[in-house]
Order: sequence, then C-alpha cells, then structure tokens
Amino acid sequence: MTQPLLEVKDLVMRFGGLRAVNQVSLDVQEGQIVSLIGPNGAGKTTVFNCISGFYKPSAGEVIFKGKPMHRLPGHLIARHGMVRTFQNIRLFKEMTVLENLLVAQHMQAERNLLKGLLNLTGYQSKEQELEDRSAEWLERVNLIEFANREAGTLAYGQQRRLEIARCMVTQPTLLMLDEPAAGLNPQETQDLDQLIMELRDKYKVTLLLIEHDMKLVMGISDQIVVINQGAPLAKGTPAEILGNQDVIKAYLGEE
Amino acid sequence: MPKKPLFANLTSAFFAAGLTLFLGASVMGLRLNSEGITLGVELASTQTFVELGLAGLLVFLFQLFRDHLPKLSSNTSAKLAIPSFLRTDKQQRLWLMLTLGALLLFPFTTGRSNIDLATLVLIYIMLAIGLNIVVGLAGLLDLGYVGFYAVGAYTYGLLYTYFGFSFWQALPVAGLFAAITGWLLGYPVLRLRGDYLAIVTLGFGEIIRLLLNNLTELTGGPNGVSRIPKPTLFGLEFSRRGDNTFHEFFGIAYDPVHRVIFLYILALLLVILSIYVVRRLIRMPIGRAWEALREDEIACRSLGMSPTNIKLSAFTIGATFAGFAGAFFATRQSFISPESFAFIESAIILAIVVLGGMGSQLGVVLAAIAMVLLPELAREFNEYRMLLFGLMMVLMMIWRPQGLLPAKRPHRELKTTNAEVK
Repeated sequence: MTQPLLEVKDLVMRFGGLRAVNQVSLDVQEGQIVSLIGPNGAGKTTVFNCISGFYKPSAGEVIFKGKPMHRLPGHLIARHGMVRTFQNIRLFKEMTVLENLLVAQHMQAERNLLKGLLNLTGYQSKEQELEDRSAEWLERVNLIEFANREAGTLAYGQQRRLEIARCMVTQPTLLMLDEPAAGLNPQETQDLDQLIMELRDKYKVTLLLIEHDMKLVMGISDQIVVINQGAPLAKGTPAEILGNQDVIKAYLGEE
Repeated sequence: MPKKPLFANLTSAFFAAGLTLFLGASVMGLRLNSEGITLGVELASTQTFVELGLAGLLVFLFQLFRDHLPKLSSNTSAKLAIPSFLRTDKQQRLWLMLTLGALLLFPFTTGRSNIDLATLVLIYIMLAIGLNIVVGLAGLLDLGYVGFYAVGAYTYGLLYTYFGFSFWQALPVAGLFAAITGWLLGYPVLRLRGDYLAIVTLGFGEIIRLLLNNLTELTGGPNGVSRIPKPTLFGLEFSRRGDNTFHEFFGIAYDPVHRVIFLYILALLLVILSIYVVRRLIRMPIGRAWEALREDEIACRSLGMSPTNIKLSAFTIGATFAGFAGAFFATRQSFISPESFAFIESAIILAIVVLGGMGSQLGVVLAAIAMVLLPELAREFNEYRMLLFGLMMVLMMIWRPQGLLPAKRPHRELKTTNAEVK
C-alpha cells in the first residue's frame, strides 16, 4: 500500500475534562471515498474540526500529503488543498452566488492592488479565468440561472450544492463534506450521490464525509470508519461494517 | 396583517405620553433665576405648560392609533426604482458627466461661504468613503476613525513646522502615516469582534487625541499647530503678495475667492479619485474578501483566506483615506488642534455611513451632504441641533433601516457555454 493521502494518528481532543475524541486513527487513500459514521454526539464533527485545523488537537497527528498539519491554523491547511463544508451551511449569504465562487478562488486570484486598480490586462484575464471556472461549476451543480441571486435566498438544497461548488473551484485534493445530505429530499440525495461519485471519478478528488444517511454511505463509500463516544469502534468496507456486531450494538442497543 | 383592536396600545400610549410630560416638564418647565448671588428655581409660564400638555396629548393619540395610521412605507422591501432617465449605461454616463460639470461650475456661481461649506461636505465624503471600507464592507465597527484623520492632519502640520514640507510633499506622507497607524491598530484588535472591537477602537481614537493634547513640546498641546500654508498650484501661491502668485502669473486682479475655489476643486478631485479607487477595490479580490469576512469569518478560513491579512488590509486602506482627508483639512483650516478630532467627529462619520447604507457609495455621498448641510441650514435652531440630529436618526431607522441607498450587488453576465466541464 502506498502512503495514504491523509493519515490521522491517535487523535485526542479534550474539552476540559471531557474527551470528545479519544485515540481516533484513520487513513484516506488517494482517490477513495471514506465515510465517518457514528451515533449522534459521537464526535464526528470534532474529528473534522481537528483535521481541518479549526480545533487544535490535544494530542495525535494529522499528516496530509506527507506533511504534518496538526499545528497549522485552518486557512494554511486549506491552502494545502484540503477544504471542507459545514454541517450548518456557511455561505456568504448577502453576496451573489457567483461572488461566492469568485471569493473562494481568492488564493488563485491576482491580488496585486496596483494591477487591479489600473485594470491591467494581466488582472483582467485572471478575473476572466476565475469567472469561467465559476461558470463551469455553476453549470455542473445546476445553479447557473441563479448566478446573480444572493446566496441566502436560495433553497436549502441549492445552498448545499453551492457550498460544494464553492469548495471545488479551489481545486482541492481532499474534499471533506460534513453531512452533505442533511435536509435533502430523496431526489436531491440521489443527485448528491451521483455528484460525489463524479467528483471522485472525473475530477480525481479524494473525499472524506460525515453522513447519517446509511443508504448513501453504504452505496458510495470505499471505506467506512465508525466512531462511538469519541472512540474508534470499527473500520472496513461497507459489507464488513454491516456485519459488525459492535456497530449494530452501538446503533441499536443490546438485545 | 390582522387588524388590532382600537385600543390595543393603550398602555404604551399612556407610558409614552407620561414620559413626554416628565421629560418636557423637567427640561422646559423649570427655570433657574439668579437672585443676587444665589440661584432660585421657579416654574415656567402657564403657556409653556399648556404647550407641554398639548404635546403630551399628541404623543398619546399618535401612539394609540399608530397601527391604524396609513403606513409611510414598508421598510423591508423598500428599494428605489431606478428612474427612467438613468436606465442605460449611456444615459448614466451622460448624467455623470453633467453632474461633474455642474460640480466644477458650482464655485463660480456662488459666494465664498457656500463654496467653503461645499468643501467641508467633500471632506466628510472622503472620510465616510474610507470608513465605509472598514464598517460597511469588512463589517468591523470602528469608533475611533477620527484618530487616523488626526494623524493625517498633524502629519502635515508638524512636517511643515519642523521640516518646511509643502502640502503636496506632505500629502502622500500623511496617507502613509495614517496607513501605518491603521495597521498598528489592526494588530491588537484582530481577535475582537462586534462590541469589544468598537470599545477598543473608541479608546484608540481617544488615545491619539490625548497624545496630541499632552505631547506639548512636539505638537503644541491644546494650542495646536497654526499658520499651516495653503496648497499651491504647480508652485503658484494664492496670496496677495509673493514672488510667484497666481493672480500675477495669469495677469488678473487679486481676489481671495480664488483660493477658496482652488481648495474646493482640489477637494472635489480628491473625492472623485477616492470614489474611483474604492469602486475598483470593491470589485477586486480584496473587496470581495472584505465582504466575505463580514459575512462569515469561519468560511473564509476554510477557503484558505487569512482573516488576519484581510482585516489588516481593511484597517490600513480605510485609514489611508482618513490620512488624506486630514492633510487636506489641515491645509484648509490653517490651524489644527486636538479639539477638532473629538469623538463626536467619529460618531458623525459613522452616522453618515449608516444613514447612507452600509457599503453603498452613492448612499454615503448623499448622506454626507445631508449630515453636513442640515445642521448648517438649521443654524437658527442651534440649541436644538443635537435634538434634530437624534430625531433624524430615529426617523431613518424607522423609515429606512437599511440606509438611504442600500448597496446593490454587482450583476455579471456569464457566458453560458453548455460545454462539457473539463
């Protein structure tokens, strides 16, 4: 096996006396879809926050592309190509849909003030490039007709799609989705299913997701990691997880 | 909306009327009289009390029936429709040119005091445009903005006093110093948000004023800096006597109004330049990042943007405009003292930004005109100026909480290719 794209080793996160995450380890191989599941309050989002740098883990290591990430602030981690969405969608609500995608490409943009103020050709072509990439993704997630609408006025499912598009315009290597199917209707969930597969197969993005929708998880995941009360419970392919007694116990309780 | 019963507001109407009577009676109903060397309190005339009673009754009736009065305007969806003569780009450009022409001709058609007043308006527009970056775009509530204004003004004042800098030499330095001050203030307040940020910036503005007041040896303390020279036009001075004066060069009679007009045009050019620069900034990556920061700091970080750099850039660039405005203020007044940079100035500039509509350029310009002109026009009501100021704010918040002209989102046409995404 080659070196995994993302390697989390013995991650611990304490809040005062509470161990929200206890010795969680997981590997994400390049080109895979890995799902993190567990009952409510198991610490899935905390793991996400530790990996993406929004929390500083109390102990443990996060290695991404062979480099340690666990000491870096969130925005520097994102610049390495690891971006995420949020459980409770975080769009720039008063900006237009298109602006949301443009601002996401801030790091690729021509940020030289003078070039921008003088509207030099180098600046113009760079802006055009950002706009074209935004348009491509808006078309992919079926939001092109709403390009000039304020993001906050979109329907819930559209906002979820926009958040994924906003991550994708940054051209990430690893995309982390925190409950992407929450609040979606069955049709939208199916579309999401397809989108996620396409992200992996066509755009060569590796995905790590937190999800509650078991049908979605079992259908698309290459690997599943189960955690319960902050501690790792099981790891394996969907088939292995479905047959795991511990997992069934954690979800359904003992007989 | 379901109709409320007629007397649903009875309690609040009584309360409002009672409050009016109480406040009115304490402010206007008692009078201090000097009897020899002591002061005596006596009641005002009966007429005052009758008027007070009527005022109370009016408030009572208004509060009682306010739900049944015809609505002034709906305050959520209030959006000004663009008038028909301003629809196309061509028409807009035409009107812009006409307005500019009118603004350039204006000083030649009116008297000295009006030009002076217009110059003052322009200074406030420049200040408000700068503060709009920090408050309106980046969403960082800054109550100490006047501090940067003071830095700009004193930079010119002191550079002239100690090193004999001219206005044109000092102007870029003033902008630079204000920018550095903005950057320095940015650092300690990086972690603060909302109310806490407002308090610290408020303190910062006061620190600058107190420093200027107490560094007597350097700044002249409360006596300020005086005899700051006026700017020159390519070396031509606007004075009666001198080696190289404007009126001699052009062979016209000396008229002190020339200088006033020159200052006005200079301010106008500075304002136009500021508006242009900020207009570009808003559409540039940095402007988008400011707005994104205002909307959601966490999302910004998740996309690789550094909130630190974005905040610092907003403070720095915002302060630069105040620095330019300050240097111009110094040259216009010829005299500056710490008193000119009190907190009330920050409050007025902030009021302009809020009244105009956060982030909206044209709104800010209109609000600056209103905020500076109204008190001047209402000079006879001098005693009640602050009262009118407060009344205007309250009415604005009821009628248009989003400001005179709320910022419009830029509209961009996309090429819909339908091409396969690569």
